[in-house]
Amino acid sequence: LADVSHVMGAIKTQSPLPRTFSRGIQTVTLIPGDGIGPEISTAVMKIFEAAKAPIQWEERNVTAIKGPGGRWMIPPEAKESMNKNKIGLKGPLKTPIAAGHPSMNLLLRKTFDLYANVRPCVSIEGYKTPYTDVDLVTIRENTEGEYSGIEHLIVDGVVQSIKLITEDASRRIAEYAFEYARNNQRTSVTAVHKANIMRMSDGLFLRKCREVAENFKDVKFTEMYLDTVCLNMVQDPSHFDVLVMPNLYGDILSDLCAGLIGGLGVTPSGNIGANGVAIFESVHGTAPDIAGKDLANPTALLLSAVMMLRHMGLHGHAKKIETACFDTIRDEKVLTKDLGGNAKCSEFTADICRRVQDMD
Amino acid sequence: MMASALRGSLVTLAKGLSGARLQPFCARSLSLTSSQNVSESPPARADSTFKVTMVPGDGVGPELMTAVKEVFKAADVPVEFEEFHLSEVQNMASEEKLEEVLSSMKNNRVAIKGKIHTPMEYKGELASYEMRLRRKLDLFANVVHVNSLPGYSTRHNNLDLVIIREQTEGEYSSLEHESVSGVVECLKIITREKSRRIAKFAFDYATKKGRSKVTAVHKANIMKLGDGLFLQSCAEVAELYPKIKYENIIIDNCCMQLVQNPYQFDVLVMPNLYGNIIDNLAAGLVGGAGVVPGESYSAEYAVFETGARHPFAQAVGRNIANPTAMLLTAANMLRHLNLEYHSNMVSEAVKKVIKQGKVRTSDLGGYASSDEFTRAVISNLAI
Repeated sequence: LADVSHVMGAIKTQSPLPRTFSRGIQTVTLIPGDGIGPEISTAVMKIFEAAKAPIQWEERNVTAIKGPGGRWMIPPEAKESMNKNKIGLKGPLKTPIAAGHPSMNLLLRKTFDLYANVRPCVSIEGYKTPYTDVDLVTIRENTEGEYSGIEHLIVDGVVQSIKLITEDASRRIAEYAFEYARNNQRTSVTAVHKANIMRMSDGLFLRKCREVAENFKDVKFTEMYLDTVCLNMVQDPSHFDVLVMPNLYGDILSDLCAGLIGGLGVTPSGNIGANGVAIFESVHGTAPDIAGKDLANPTALLLSAVMMLRHMGLHGHAKKIETACFDTIRDEKVLTKDLGGNAKCSEFTADICRRVQDMD
Repeated sequence: MMASALRGSLVTLAKGLSGARLQPFCARSLSLTSSQNVSESPPARADSTFKVTMVPGDGVGPELMTAVKEVFKAADVPVEFEEFHLSEVQNMASEEKLEEVLSSMKNNRVAIKGKIHTPMEYKGELASYEMRLRRKLDLFANVVHVNSLPGYSTRHNNLDLVIIREQTEGEYSSLEHESVSGVVECLKIITREKSRRIAKFAFDYATKKGRSKVTAVHKANIMKLGDGLFLQSCAEVAELYPKIKYENIIIDNCCMQLVQNPYQFDVLVMPNLYGNIIDNLAAGLVGGAGVVPGESYSAEYAVFETGARHPFAQAVGRNIANPTAMLLTAANMLRHLNLEYHSNMVSEAVKKVIKQGKVRTSDLGGYASSDEFTRAVISNLAI
């Protein structure tokens, strides 16, 4: 089996993260989410139990509530749990269009200052797509940029949205990207931008990336325009390694790369925050049409949980679960509908559990 | 007959949108056959040649324009080019030059151009020459034709998409300022008027070309007011066209769907930045920046250029650029000028060379140089 490293070595210092330690078991905040969230979370918990991973789950709900002063915030129990455990696993949350409260994901990001979104995209053996040699990581700045949420109606029929780029945030994400590259033995970091059009804002982002690159001479640094990246990505994705970019481009490119390997149903993702907080999530939607029918595919959440295990240093368990998952997909006997089969979620989960147990 | 009249009247269509009363482009009294087999010789040319503004641009632009000129000469095309060398990176840009180009374009109404590169450093003006040209001529609609080339297979074959992009506002407003040291704000402007205009253009285009579906691409779940306004305008215009199906899709999902199943799309309409991304993505799906033609329309002018606009500076002087995109663009321009016979001759020759597969430039996996490709096209012209 090829040793594919999905390691997320994001920590700045090599010292272990402060986490609740009781009899060697680590507590992780679990946010099941909406729609198919609860089913896939249950699937992941079952698989972890079968693999005897030393994880204890603390379930929390993050539906927005209006706090004092009228500002929307997440429930205090959820916030407290996250700050205590530092590691979280999250299912899909609903983001309604033009509703009253801001997007839930945005709220989580603001609360824990989750500044980096990391999405490793590696072609999955056994799940054939037209693109077979993808092995890249998109690192996206997650707090500012085009998603600042600052919009004004200037006069009737004219709207202005503000894109904010700051020196600090750009430096922080660039530093994270280079450290990630170093910790995971990646050869190059490419900054993706549109500084020829948005000369001041993306220009600032690019300058910061260049400055940080000076301190990481062992990692190659290149810069490329967003449109060139898109053009080359769909023709030959093997050229890319680690990509770092501001918010909007990151959103689009990371979804593009997810499409190359098979879609959001099989893509893991992790969010790194300022105080050692890390929330791993599945990035697909809530799929309300199949919720509750035992048809969902837990792969994305499972691979994110594997990413989480690696982040915590539990490489043995991570490898076991990941191998079991990939073996099940490669075998093609028990696959959920979106992967091309017609098994139920519970059957898929059971197959992975069986493989994990057989490995012991 | 109907088809050529339809195709040639896109400018008239675009004119109608602004409601301006303008002289018809020129008295073309020729009746041209628009059949596929162009074995008959063209009818006697009554008037003189058409004048077209040409701006070669930067990078491989000049080389590609040479290819176009050579093919036109060999095909005896009645078009005369007025060349202007406007370039920001080569220090050939100034207000006077820009004015010259603009007045030439206003006279001729049709232009063919390469990409005018925008350098990252700026001296005072935040808007590049390319953007200012677009704004002064009000080239609000950019149309890119994404068609798979017969004989050249990619991961997705038999694609036929049209991508319509609003080109004058949105993220490319060039309104940026540093409010506090270390904090830069960039404004994205969306107006109802321009959103309605591009939506109407998209639906009119779809109607004229017999397309069945228009999909609006947006990010209104995050940019609720801005893209929300765009989406609302598209929906309002869609109601005036009951025969055309209207859908909308979020930009990141759209990118994902384009790489997994691009056949679900027909005509796509979107604001500026998303258009840039999707143009390039779709170009990559059928073979890259070297094979995709495009054009920009305003109410009065039509500017023809390649679909994915890159100067490709690393290929300058190496004779490796692929002239296909520019030649197909030039063929589209001829069709726009109602020179149907010559248009078909050029595009058929290009497609024949690609299909045969013997002479291909390096971006399509071959070893031919640009010159060799151009000569192969010339030798395949069915004169």
